[in-house]
Amino acid sequence: MRRKSTFLYSVLAFGFAFLYVPIFVMMLYSFNDSSLATVWGGFSTRWYSALLENDQILDAALLSLQIAFASASIATVLGTLAGLALNRMGRYRGRTLFTGMVAAPLVMPEVITGLSLLLLFVSLKSLFGWPQSRGANTIAIAHITFSMAYVAVIVQSRLASMDQSLEEAAMDLGGRPFAVTWDITLPLIAPAMAAGWLLAFTLSLDDLVIASFTSGAGASTLPMVIFSKVKLGVTPEINALATLVIALVAVSVVIAGWVLLKQRQTISD
Amino acid sequence: MNPNINPGKRDRLWRGVVIYLPYAWLLLFFLAPFVIVFKISFADPLLAQPPYSPLLDWTADIGSRFLATLDNYGFLLEDKLYWVSYLRSIKIAFIATVLCLLLGFPMAYAIARTPYPWRNFLLLLVILPFWTSFLLRVYAWMIMLTKQGLINSLLMKIGLINDPLQMLYTNGAVYLGIVYTYVPFMILPLYATLEKLDLDLHDAAADLGAKPWQVFCDVTIPLARPGIIAGCLLVFIPAIGEYVIPALLGGLDSLMIGRTLYDEFFVNRDWPLASAVAIVLLFILILPIMLFQQQQQEPES
Repeated sequence: MRRKSTFLYSVLAFGFAFLYVPIFVMMLYSFNDSSLATVWGGFSTRWYSALLENDQILDAALLSLQIAFASASIATVLGTLAGLALNRMGRYRGRTLFTGMVAAPLVMPEVITGLSLLLLFVSLKSLFGWPQSRGANTIAIAHITFSMAYVAVIVQSRLASMDQSLEEAAMDLGGRPFAVTWDITLPLIAPAMAAGWLLAFTLSLDDLVIASFTSGAGASTLPMVIFSKVKLGVTPEINALATLVIALVAVSVVIAGWVLLKQRQTISD
Repeated sequence: MNPNINPGKRDRLWRGVVIYLPYAWLLLFFLAPFVIVFKISFADPLLAQPPYSPLLDWTADIGSRFLATLDNYGFLLEDKLYWVSYLRSIKIAFIATVLCLLLGFPMAYAIARTPYPWRNFLLLLVILPFWTSFLLRVYAWMIMLTKQGLINSLLMKIGLINDPLQMLYTNGAVYLGIVYTYVPFMILPLYATLEKLDLDLHDAAADLGAKPWQVFCDVTIPLARPGIIAGCLLVFIPAIGEYVIPALLGGLDSLMIGRTLYDEFFVNRDWPLASAVAIVLLFILILPIMLFQQQQQEPES
């Protein structure tokens, strides 16, 4: 068995190097003084200052954050309801179709989701005059639709693994369904809802293809601006932006992990 | 709450909200759009806004009200560009899935055999890239692969090559990009099944005289089957429609169907043809998607 584990751990080391080396190289090059993005020309933070003066990127980042915040919040509400509908509501008409519609967005190619939503918005406009124009609102609707599926899956798996006896006891003591959900179920699934919100937030912040389809002429999200720049080749400003984004994510993941660990410790104490 | 509404009614109202609010949202913004794509794939392209002919013309007499054309689908068959794109997408997604499995399986296996505090840390390392921007991670490979990039400079420094290799904008770069971004999707379901694997079974097989590779083929792989299938589908299905990776890392000969659809829509502005491309892609994906859903429902029953 000894030789086998040497092999396994070399693959593991290779795999993690494969996953992380490009990210570290990109972060390193963000401090590169040379404007030839891939030739090292000494240490500099000039691309960070250039980034802070780039209004196009800053506006796009602000728009992306607004869309991500709104869509993650609504997706968490709808996704939690969908999770409850899948796991706590027993049988009802059209349950099979509902199950399929919740799972399908997870594997649907983005180009199809994007195209189909755009065609829906165009049809709705010609039929009802709404949405008047496409932009942040239509991107948010598209993001809610696919990220609520992720929230529903997370919430549902939490509900499935949860002991139902507390809810049953509350029901037996005469609790109405709404009160039982509000007072018992929701506090128990709150961590899953928080995880779902975070995932919906990052998915929205990251989406390029669906946003490109559903956006109008005026609105450009951050991934759309990044894509239009890097399509032409390596761009030093984007290295700086990427470094900031990745550092932010890493810090939040570490903080979230630490908080969860603390919580678990206080519960087990 | 209003005390005049009797409790039974209120319970039914709450139940209705829980079930039918997300239901209605998905019907309107997930199912209805597919019906519209299906409808428009039978329309004629027009130089108008929106750029397609109506399928139902109420001004015409009853006989000719339903105006459908199969031209778009005919065109997909006639023009080599499209079915070459489909076949190439399937081929690239398939090979990338196999590569993901070859890298992901030993990684998942090693993580599942790592003792506890370390195991969570390794899992976190697998999940972490998933939380950072997909687009930026694909872009990171552009820096690695350009002619003056890190890999070419290293290879030239150690004297393996004299001139920089063309690595960016090739099929190889597309495989690399797909494996890089999708391998966590392979590792996680594999880990979930391998973690539950009972090591006593291995010992029993070894005690009965099985060679290590026999144990692996006859015990480990069959027991890990659900994870292998789930992981492969999670990589294969989205990889077929991939747009960003071939657009940034691929060359002209790595045109995949996602990009063909995108260009048909945004560059040629032929919405009916783009819809037909999407419908055919959906038909290709129906089988693996149904397999995936069946796989997901198995543990519950």
